[in-house]
Amino acid sequence: MMTLNAMDQVLYEAQRQGRISFYMTSFGEEGIVGSAAAMDPNDPMFGQYRESGALLFRGFNLDQVMNQCFSNDLDKGKGRQMPVHYGSKQHRFHTISSPLATQLPQAAGAAYALKRSSITTTPNSNGKEDGQCVICYFGEGAASEGDFHSALNMAATLECPIIFFCRNNGYAISTPSVEQYKGDGVASRGIGYGIDTIRVDGNDVWAVYAATLKAREIVVTQNKPILIESMSYRVGHHSTSDDSSAYRPKKEVEDWNLHDNPLTRMRKWLTNQGWWNDEVQEITKKQIRADVLKAFGDAEARKKPSIPSMFEDVYDCLPQSLVEQKNEIMELVRKYPDYYRVHDFAKEQQ
Amino acid sequence: MLSINSITRTVLKRHVLSVSLPRLLPTALAGPLGQSRHYSSMYDFEAEPVRGANIGIKHTNLLNRSASGIRTNPELQQQGVSDNETKKMNYCQAINDALRIALGTDDSAVVFGEDVAFGGVFRCTVGLAEEFGRERVFNTPLTEQGIAGFGIGMAAEGHTAIAEIQFADYIFPAFDQIVNEASKYRYRSGGMYDCGGLTIRAPCSAVGHGALYHSQTPEAYFAHTPGIKVVMPRSPAQAKGLLLASIRDPNPTIFFEPKILYRSTLEQVPVDDYTLPLSKAEVLQAGKDITIVGYGSQIYVLESAIKMIERDMPGVSCELIDLRTILPWDVETVADSVNRTGRLVISHEAPKTQGFAAEVAAAITERCFLRLESPVERVCGVDSPFPLAHERFFVPDVVRCYEAIKRTLKY
Repeated sequence: MMTLNAMDQVLYEAQRQGRISFYMTSFGEEGIVGSAAAMDPNDPMFGQYRESGALLFRGFNLDQVMNQCFSNDLDKGKGRQMPVHYGSKQHRFHTISSPLATQLPQAAGAAYALKRSSITTTPNSNGKEDGQCVICYFGEGAASEGDFHSALNMAATLECPIIFFCRNNGYAISTPSVEQYKGDGVASRGIGYGIDTIRVDGNDVWAVYAATLKAREIVVTQNKPILIESMSYRVGHHSTSDDSSAYRPKKEVEDWNLHDNPLTRMRKWLTNQGWWNDEVQEITKKQIRADVLKAFGDAEARKKPSIPSMFEDVYDCLPQSLVEQKNEIMELVRKYPDYYRVHDFAKEQQ
Repeated sequence: MLSINSITRTVLKRHVLSVSLPRLLPTALAGPLGQSRHYSSMYDFEAEPVRGANIGIKHTNLLNRSASGIRTNPELQQQGVSDNETKKMNYCQAINDALRIALGTDDSAVVFGEDVAFGGVFRCTVGLAEEFGRERVFNTPLTEQGIAGFGIGMAAEGHTAIAEIQFADYIFPAFDQIVNEASKYRYRSGGMYDCGGLTIRAPCSAVGHGALYHSQTPEAYFAHTPGIKVVMPRSPAQAKGLLLASIRDPNPTIFFEPKILYRSTLEQVPVDDYTLPLSKAEVLQAGKDITIVGYGSQIYVLESAIKMIERDMPGVSCELIDLRTILPWDVETVADSVNRTGRLVISHEAPKTQGFAAEVAAAITERCFLRLESPVERVCGVDSPFPLAHERFFVPDVVRCYEAIKRTLKY
């Protein structure tokens, strides 16, 4: 949680300095870590975009974060997406897509696939995947999209092993949740679809952990979906392109940050247990910030992915049209290397 | 949705959070954050072949720096507004002005979409909720299919529905409502019903750092849909007149706004209520040797490429045409031009294969085959999703356009 917070501070500032193009912080929503802790490391994860905490918990490291945010040649996503659009097959984390809620029906389908592979007689190349569960994150705003409704209904009727995890942080950019829905939050909709649902205090990491752990147990033993609505508050702006002072009072943000912050609550709990004190806090904070800055510096110094790599992965192999376009562009690049600033890019790997 | 800061070269305003210019950076932090390096200085305009050419929006001749361009504009003269008061507006302010006029002149008009009430993520609707009330300018829940369908229903009951889709990249949940419903409402009812009062505004196109989902220009999908109109203006004065025309046109209209222009274009705009004709292209620069066709923000890239051509090939003159409306489009103006010049280059930011340039090329080949002296050339986006780090190679930049025009001229 502290790493997430430190990383957010540095990358937010870096965007403000024009060194990365975009960023989204998790300030106030660090409690999400509790949900990741309750899952099996092999459970597939689908995120929306504010789930860096869950990915970090899985072991996605600071270098990987920074390489993605700088879209450099070590970014596994090959520098194609905006910052925070992480993905890592190694961590079973499906790559983020900016369009909202599209991940929800996909996650239901992935869960159905898990269920099927656990009953197939011949195990696939990954081996049998018994008792796995998908977790799919989304915001309360995304829950207004049609995809949310299809996803819940399909997961319920097809009995998919999945946890739908709603991060209700009160705002969809400027739109407060009171303008997003009239019913009793997102939780009430789960009931309507025949899905067992729990609402949890998202700023209490242990509550999030306990609810997700129990949800997972139900999912894998009974093969049915569960909906968790985790109530929190978006302390940061929506993204670096947003200035939330245009639509919410500063005092509201300060009050939440002061009185109900997941990091502060966790720190108090640890202190009460006698496992934490101010000195440990300071040392840890300092070390984490140093680690973050080290990864930051390393990633920033690297070049962008090689130019020809931009033509890869549209299909499994290049169709004729792309071969021609690649040739045309590479010829221009050779003709005008300075204009295209080709030194920004890594050399093509042989 | 991710609201990205829209424009690299822009004015920094309080709520317009476009802060990617290095000279606007706050004091650097200590440690490795101390060395500042800009992430996307895409091209070196001091390098060959651009060096010395005054290119880009900063040097454009296509914006009305003074009111004289307004005074002499025949389309505005026809409307009787060319001699009246003008005001300097950027593209965003011109959209805002058109919406204010639409709301002020039509009691049935409403403006709605995600985050619209506080002014919208690009600030195009700023002040409208305060002026006309939250019943007429309102936030919707986050559902594009809902927004489009809701607008169709209002329009089918005779009201004027002006919907905003936050980014053109996010219009696709509404695709069914637009393609199967809005476009066919009139036809399927034998003309009894229509939803002509619907206009859907959507910011589109590249900004330098939008990547896959904040950069797309999806006009071609909609250009394949009989029953709707598709418009993409290039400048503030154009945007105001074409938006009012779209809102008042008795057909549903998709109105794409190249978001890089919101703050990078500034020109004199008539203060009056006026419209500009839909389905009418505009010849921006007359020429005799080649016809260059584009629309939206690509117009400025083409203007720059033409400057370089005319610099490097003395005596050559290029005709530049802005289509303005993509569907139904003005084939006559383009055909007339190509019949004179014998050569045609079309350019758009969207991927080449099945892009709108293909339609222009086919239609012109049908009409002008015997007059053509070179193959019709398309300069377009790459046939791939829109990449972040490689944007400079994806888009049909000024040098790629320059080379294509040169190739066509020398054929």
